[in-house]
Amino acid sequence: MTLSVRNIGKSFGGFRALDDVSLEMPADGLLGIIGPNGAGKSTLFSVMSGFMAADAGGVSLHGRPLDRLGAAARARAGMVRTFQVPREFHHLTVRENLMAAAPGQTGENLLGVFLSPRRVRTEEAAIRVEAEATMDFLRLAPVADTPAGRLSGGQKKLLELGRALMAKPRLILLDEPFAGVNPVLIGQIMDRVATLNARGIGFLVIEHDLEALSRLVPRLVVMDRGRVLATGAPDVVLADPAVREAYLGGAVA
Amino acid sequence: MEAYLVAIAIIAAIYVLLTLGLTLQYGLTGLVNFGHVGFFAIGAYASALISMQGMPLVVSFVCAAAIAALAAYPIGLVALRLRDDYFAVVTLGFSETVRLAITSEKWLTNGVQGIPGVPKAFAGMGIGMAGAVATLAAIALACGVAALMLRRITRSPFGRVIEAIRDNEDALRALGKDPARFKIQVLALGSALAGVAGAFYAHYITYLSPDQFIPLVTFYVWMAMIMGGVGRVSGAVVGALLLMLFLEGTRFLRDVAPDLISAVDMASVRLGAVGLALVLFTLFRPQGLMGDYTRR
Repeated sequence: MTLSVRNIGKSFGGFRALDDVSLEMPADGLLGIIGPNGAGKSTLFSVMSGFMAADAGGVSLHGRPLDRLGAAARARAGMVRTFQVPREFHHLTVRENLMAAAPGQTGENLLGVFLSPRRVRTEEAAIRVEAEATMDFLRLAPVADTPAGRLSGGQKKLLELGRALMAKPRLILLDEPFAGVNPVLIGQIMDRVATLNARGIGFLVIEHDLEALSRLVPRLVVMDRGRVLATGAPDVVLADPAVREAYLGGAVA
Repeated sequence: MEAYLVAIAIIAAIYVLLTLGLTLQYGLTGLVNFGHVGFFAIGAYASALISMQGMPLVVSFVCAAAIAALAAYPIGLVALRLRDDYFAVVTLGFSETVRLAITSEKWLTNGVQGIPGVPKAFAGMGIGMAGAVATLAAIALACGVAALMLRRITRSPFGRVIEAIRDNEDALRALGKDPARFKIQVLALGSALAGVAGAFYAHYITYLSPDQFIPLVTFYVWMAMIMGGVGRVSGAVVGALLLMLFLEGTRFLRDVAPDLISAVDMASVRLGAVGLALVLFTLFRPQGLMGDYTRR
């Protein structure tokens, strides 16, 4: 049961954003990705999640190749991503944002809306309960009926995570979950991610906050200029001179 | 006078139907459809031609809706891969193509000469007011059904998803839902409403020619939607009625000031009045009369 990324290459014009990137992790594991700006981390997420086509290489989940699937189909296959800049449905309330993410709704078909109203109602009630539970879990309950566009940056990050959870993924790709989030909320998000991971959901996390990330994940991948520089336990990787050179600009001797 | 009011009410109701279709497409889903009149034309010609083959109007109306919806399907498949602005251009091009096809395919549509003698709805009720009033009742009923249908949709999970599409399509894809699947349904249903509006138009006016289906009609519908309030079902109804008030109300300007405005100038004055109203609305009430979708 693994997520496997093999030899991904991606160029924009002459710029090699990703150069032969490979990584592997148990689908229910926790893996962090760090690297300086422009290292290709977010591009890697976009390629993995089907938002960008790879020039070379491939992605598979549980041995099933995902390369021919579009973004939506990859999410349905169990790998759901979040975005670095939150993309909430800003006119919908927090509750509606979460409910919209639930998979396989009869009421999302026009025929279902008009021909099976009772079934739609029953499903809605169940999804609503699930959304309430998710809001309680992420402490979003106080803003349940607030339009998502009015949330703070940190709350939007939590909502991104909540929506991803409502989609029933096996693995979540988190893109900078702590960026622009106040320290109290960071602790909260970390705590929730750890709890969810204990329940069997895998996480691949891009993050700049090294200190927070090192506490969260047992293993790190370091990227630089489109390549994987090092992989291993956080303290080992961060002690690597090449990593210090690339990531910290050699500033720390 | 009564006959005139009934006539205006019928045209207004036809605009209500058209505006409801666009409200579903743009107001709720964010699809910038600049070719609405194309589906209106398809519905009008389809119902006229089918009824002139001796089919009952019930059949021709259903066909008008179905054919307009089917016409939306291929354009949906092609155009929904495009970005918003390109989609707008493609739909505008589509409606002009429909008009040119009507102009050119004389064997079917009689070209620019048009089709006279389209069967009148409720012709059995004689030539007096009764037929027109019955037509008005029928189209008002159609508007009511369409409005209820839209309201039902806005409160359903389907409505939630299409509003999510309007807000952020990529986020929806990231959650495992294909925006294209929803957009095609929205495009087809909105076009079916335009098709029914076209059928009502055909069997009320009883004469069809391509110059009735110019892009201006599409933009009248846009104006109605903007004045009423984008994304509101009630806004579509109020906006269309308001549009009619402006279009028809300007007629009476000549009664007030006959020397000021010649008959020839009237068309320009009408357009100017609607344009001015639109400018005033965007300045002083950008959310439209009934409020817009940022309602909460």
